[in-house]
Amino acid sequence: MSDIIRVQDVSYEYERADEQGELAVRGVSMRVKKGEWLSILGRNGSGKSTLIKLLNGLFLPTHGSVTVGNFDTRDENHIWDVRQTVGMIFQNPDNQIVATIVEEDVAFGLENLGVSPKEIRQRVDAALAAVRMSEYAAAAPHMLSGGQKQRVAIAGALAMEPDVLLMDEPTAMLDPGGRREVMETVERLHRERGLTVVLVTHFMEEALRGDRVIVMQDGRAILEGPPRELFAKEAEAICRAGLELPPMAELARRLRAKGLSVPGEPMTVEEMAAAFGALRRERRGKHAG
Amino acid sequence: MLKDITLGQFYPGDSLVHRLDPRVKLVLMVVYIAMVFLVEGFLGYLFLAAFLAVSAFLSRIRIKFLLRSIRPVLFIVVFTFVLNILFTRGDHPILEWGVLHITWEGVRFAVFMSLRLVFLLAGTSLLTLTTSPIALTDALERLLKPLNALHFPVHEMAMMMTIALRFIPTLLEETDKIMKAQTARGADFDTGNLLQRAKAMVPLLVPLFVGAFRRADELAMAMEARCYHGGRHRTRMKVLRVSRADGWACGATAATLLLILLERLL
Amino acid sequence: MPVEVRDLTHTYNEDSPFAAAALRDVSFAIEDGEFLGVIGHTGSGKSTLIQHLNGLIRPTSGTVIVNGLDLSDKSTDLRRVRRRVGLVFQYPEYQLFEETVQKDIAFGPRNLGLDGDEVQRRVEEACALVELPFAAVRDKSPFELSGGQKRRVAIAGVLAMEPEVLILDEPTAGLDPAGRDAILALIRRWHEGGRTIVMVSHSMEDVARLADRILVLDHGKKAMEGTPREVFADAGRLQEMGLDVPAATRLARELSDRGFDVPRDLYTLEELEEALLRAFGEGGSAC
Repeated sequence: MSDIIRVQDVSYEYERADEQGELAVRGVSMRVKKGEWLSILGRNGSGKSTLIKLLNGLFLPTHGSVTVGNFDTRDENHIWDVRQTVGMIFQNPDNQIVATIVEEDVAFGLENLGVSPKEIRQRVDAALAAVRMSEYAAAAPHMLSGGQKQRVAIAGALAMEPDVLLMDEPTAMLDPGGRREVMETVERLHRERGLTVVLVTHFMEEALRGDRVIVMQDGRAILEGPPRELFAKEAEAICRAGLELPPMAELARRLRAKGLSVPGEPMTVEEMAAAFGALRRERRGKHAG
Repeated sequence: MLKDITLGQFYPGDSLVHRLDPRVKLVLMVVYIAMVFLVEGFLGYLFLAAFLAVSAFLSRIRIKFLLRSIRPVLFIVVFTFVLNILFTRGDHPILEWGVLHITWEGVRFAVFMSLRLVFLLAGTSLLTLTTSPIALTDALERLLKPLNALHFPVHEMAMMMTIALRFIPTLLEETDKIMKAQTARGADFDTGNLLQRAKAMVPLLVPLFVGAFRRADELAMAMEARCYHGGRHRTRMKVLRVSRADGWACGATAATLLLILLERLL
Repeated sequence: MPVEVRDLTHTYNEDSPFAAAALRDVSFAIEDGEFLGVIGHTGSGKSTLIQHLNGLIRPTSGTVIVNGLDLSDKSTDLRRVRRRVGLVFQYPEYQLFEETVQKDIAFGPRNLGLDGDEVQRRVEEACALVELPFAAVRDKSPFELSGGQKRRVAIAGVLAMEPEVLILDEPTAGLDPAGRDAILALIRRWHEGGRTIVMVSHSMEDVARLADRILVLDHGKKAMEGTPREVFADAGRLQEMGLDVPAATRLARELSDRGFDVPRDLYTLEELEEALLRAFGEGGSAC
């Protein structure tokens, strides 16, 4: 897989008028591979939201460089190419919808790019269908639920035909139903269209769905690897970073600490039940032998 | 709940009047206002009333709604009426009592002036009832485009209008929420004299402003992420097209204008 | 008994085309010192319900009696109800407005007409309750604090009114796991200190861990009421209503379905851990 985003030794300092700047990101290097699902985990204030805003040139690195496709994000001539390649969804569903009608909002990005009206129409209709919001095309955004608003925002990014979808805690302000709606939508787009996903979150269950995880703490990327491997092997470091394991991984860890050897790396209820099934078979085998 | 209240007074529908091009409607509204001020004499008022009645009928907006728009300014209408009756001088007195001189001319003038006001309000209401605020903004942006040459920020003004319209329901809801939260902390927004009430607004206004700035900041970032860079090279999904119905509407308006002018000249 | 709700019905915009019934014939009671969890999906009437308990709105029909004060009685002064019942809204940090933390927390007590010394005592005590270092934050602007600290200041602002019943609407929304655990630990401590608590939450895990009793709302009606064990035992019904079930309950049921000797009505990881050790641990048999 080729890299679509390359982050090289990036630091980012927030400017403060009165005092010394604050380093939110400190010397992070990472890559986003085409077609992968990368989750960035970390507690509030760990620098994860700053990092993701560096990936589409909303913030420009104080040190180091960020490259999207062939373009450095500091290259002003290509900033719109960068933003078209990398779509972004924010945490607050209300504060990213510009228009008073759903379909007009989905069209917003394409209108900015100067796409012809006929093509905008086609792409907007297709994007709304992709997030299953076609029947709300003429609705007013403020009448939608949080989950629906986020899906409209995803449609707005999707209409611009990006390669990468950046999501900054897209489910943090939603109820469990809305959270499911949004995650299922993103999962489907990732699976069916090969959309590259970069998801910032502190919900460990959401990270489980991805290919790779980066854990941030105090502006640094402290851990990196496939989620299951990380949750199994780095439980302590994860807890120290202010996060917690998915409930089943936590249960397996506690049981092992008490001498009950749960087989495999169960992360979900189904996997845990299966692990105990395996344990039972194993013990019966021993009794028989 | 606040968010169920429709914005402005737009009354959604699919009538002939609803479907007219908003630009055409805006231009015709200007012509209509001109007519209201040009009209003179019974016949002219009759033409204007007929024009309004036909438009209202075609819009399928109930007369009740149209008249409702007059209610808030009813006082001004009555005031105008009384003022004109009392202070118009004429040669055909009806009643003279002390300083009071009521003349036929006065009555006639008072009726006409009040009618003008009523026509003005009913007509503009018909526009806002049949055209969504967003369509109006859109029409304004396109009609005022030539002003760009004079460096008037037409697109920016329209974008600001759009965003304001988008966030009014959100901010109303937020106002309600903060008000309740502060009430739960013992705040009192309803009693006391003017100064006390003004002071009581601080716990509401500060969080509201802080919230609005946070929203503005986030929205600006979201717009940038979607490649917004002003009105240059921007296209629109919805192309406004003038239809045959717009032609008829222009024709009808022109005919009424002609009749009113004829009456005035003859 | 501090709170009694009988046949509570609330309709928004009554007599208008937008009329919407938010609550229908809801009855329940809250005992002194109890921890009541209220769950239900968005639009189930939770917010409307807790606004009644605080006297922010009056019932359309039915009665709400808070410590002998009847809300449906038009002559009842709602402000007296609000003194007894404190309400912490969702994202309470969005209500902060004063120049300093000290002044913001003092807003509620000052509205009660207390004298300066008493206000000061309450502010300091409230700060201690939310575990904020008073000396370090008193003169800071609440807007400079971190998200978690802001929320503590906002909650302290309600605690400083010294309510007998504390209602919290989604007190952990938007916090990270560490911040969430810290707030939940505080709430648990206040409850253990004898305070009556009502907590509205989407998170079944949080409610399961803390509540003595759970009230489930669905489309404005009371759907279930009982101890966490009773409510989570009917997991199927919760799922039908589109609500989550704690992961521990799901695993217990799944294992029980597969013939393991595990009770079906467990709802915390700790209980489950114990049951599994009993079933599988040293000397335990799997069947």
